[in-house]
Amino acid sequence: MRMLINVPETVVADALRGMAAAHPDLAVDVENRVVVRRDAPVAGQVALVSGGGSGHEPLHGGFVGPGMLSAACPGEVFTSPVPDQMARAAAAVDSGAGVLFIVKNYTGDVLNFDMAAELAEDEGIQVAKVLVNDDVAVTDSLYTAGRRGTGATLFVEKIAGAAAAEGQPLERVESIARQVNANSRSFGVALSAVTTPAKGSPTFDLPSGELELGIGIHGEPGRERRAMMTSGEIADFAVNAVLEDLPVRNPVLVLVNGMGATPLLELYGFNAEVQRVLGERGVTVARTLVGNYVTSLDMAGASVTLCQVDEELLRLWDAPVKTPGLRWGM
Amino acid sequence: MLDADFFRRWMAATAASVDREAERLTALDSAIGDADHGSNLQRGFAAVAAALEKESPDTPGGVLALAGRQLISTVGGASGPLYGTLLRRTGKALGDAAEVSEAQLAEALGTGVEAVRTLGGASPGDKTMIDALVPAVEALGEGFGAARSAAEAGAEATVPLQARKGRASYLGERSIGHQDPGATSSALLIAALDEAASGS
Repeated sequence: MRMLINVPETVVADALRGMAAAHPDLAVDVENRVVVRRDAPVAGQVALVSGGGSGHEPLHGGFVGPGMLSAACPGEVFTSPVPDQMARAAAAVDSGAGVLFIVKNYTGDVLNFDMAAELAEDEGIQVAKVLVNDDVAVTDSLYTAGRRGTGATLFVEKIAGAAAAEGQPLERVESIARQVNANSRSFGVALSAVTTPAKGSPTFDLPSGELELGIGIHGEPGRERRAMMTSGEIADFAVNAVLEDLPVRNPVLVLVNGMGATPLLELYGFNAEVQRVLGERGVTVARTLVGNYVTSLDMAGASVTLCQVDEELLRLWDAPVKTPGLRWGM
Repeated sequence: MLDADFFRRWMAATAASVDREAERLTALDSAIGDADHGSNLQRGFAAVAAALEKESPDTPGGVLALAGRQLISTVGGASGPLYGTLLRRTGKALGDAAEVSEAQLAEALGTGVEAVRTLGGASPGDKTMIDALVPAVEALGEGFGAARSAAEAGAEATVPLQARKGRASYLGERSIGHQDPGATSSALLIAALDEAASGS
């Protein structure tokens, strides 16, 4: 596998230096691995801090900016960041209105953010946490680490970020974030395995002519392997898996998310099939986003995330946002 | 009696064996996880070795507490907090004594393993590092060699288990048939204890 890198050991630091050069609105601390809005702390606003392993770009660093995250903490590839990073980020962005940690539900992320919350609280910072766990492929939550956080992270970060930008208090921003997560479900498929820079070869062997159903975003194999399906068949499977778990009454936000190596041409074609299935199931679509947002390095494949929204959540989704990865209205 | 030098040798031997076995740990992790266990622990124990060189704490408890803090601050993932807590809490349980007995170490390590169980929520049989650490602590009364054998047997016994904690749990039944990377690295940690003892 050929990669556009120098050496595996410096991929994260190299990317951060490049991000700093491309986005002057961001203050990037390469050594301590913290990406912060340059205008932080913003007086009177709750600050949002997220983070996780690298390899999911633009998540999370690409979602830092007005109307979304205040700071992001990138870990090593597919490895959660360390508590010192989140504590440092919280101190940099807290205006006194408190900090919301947005944590994807993985054992490592949860443990490190918990430790970071203790460190930040010791410094007198008010911290709330919301866990994102939207992946319906992980079913038996009693016997697993619980559902993974995947595509819904984008919805949580955008909508809670809009609430924070309106000056809503910490407990309200937290409850909106929880509501978005509770209203969201995802399902993903892989058409190829992932190659991490450190390993240099695919994490699992997926013969051509087969696909993995129910994958996460870390190159871990899925729940089931099948013979290759068409875009339409995959849309049927994925949307039905989501709707089985999410009784939909209201309109939904749709995220058709590429895993990194699937071209937009294919993603738009897949979206057409997703919209067809939603139509057949009588689901009203309020907004749709198509692109590579919550990725898994060079994995081919896609995920579908639905988020059921009321008028307030839709208004917050439509509110202005200005980040490297998501930008409208400003 | 075991002094701070012994604990420094333990950490150095762990760093060396993690280095040696990094590829194997990563290979095990790519089967049921995300293919980074070896490189993460390598980074962590290299930082431990550097910190011990720089600060050279003079008590057993001081050595382990510093090592634990380094792991928490450099590894990330689940293994950073879990291994960090294991060493930090074991070190804390050893207190300020300049030398400790093997029995005191066994008891302190038991406290550390208990803290890992609380933090990670794993029980024996969940296919985690606990499956190597619990039998090792139980066997420590019979000496370091016995603890090492128990840890290695515990790690091998994770092969037929279905993972119920950590990233491997997402695979459900597909996690069966693979040795757990965390239990394997825990066996390396205990084996390094035996190496430190025989090197004295």
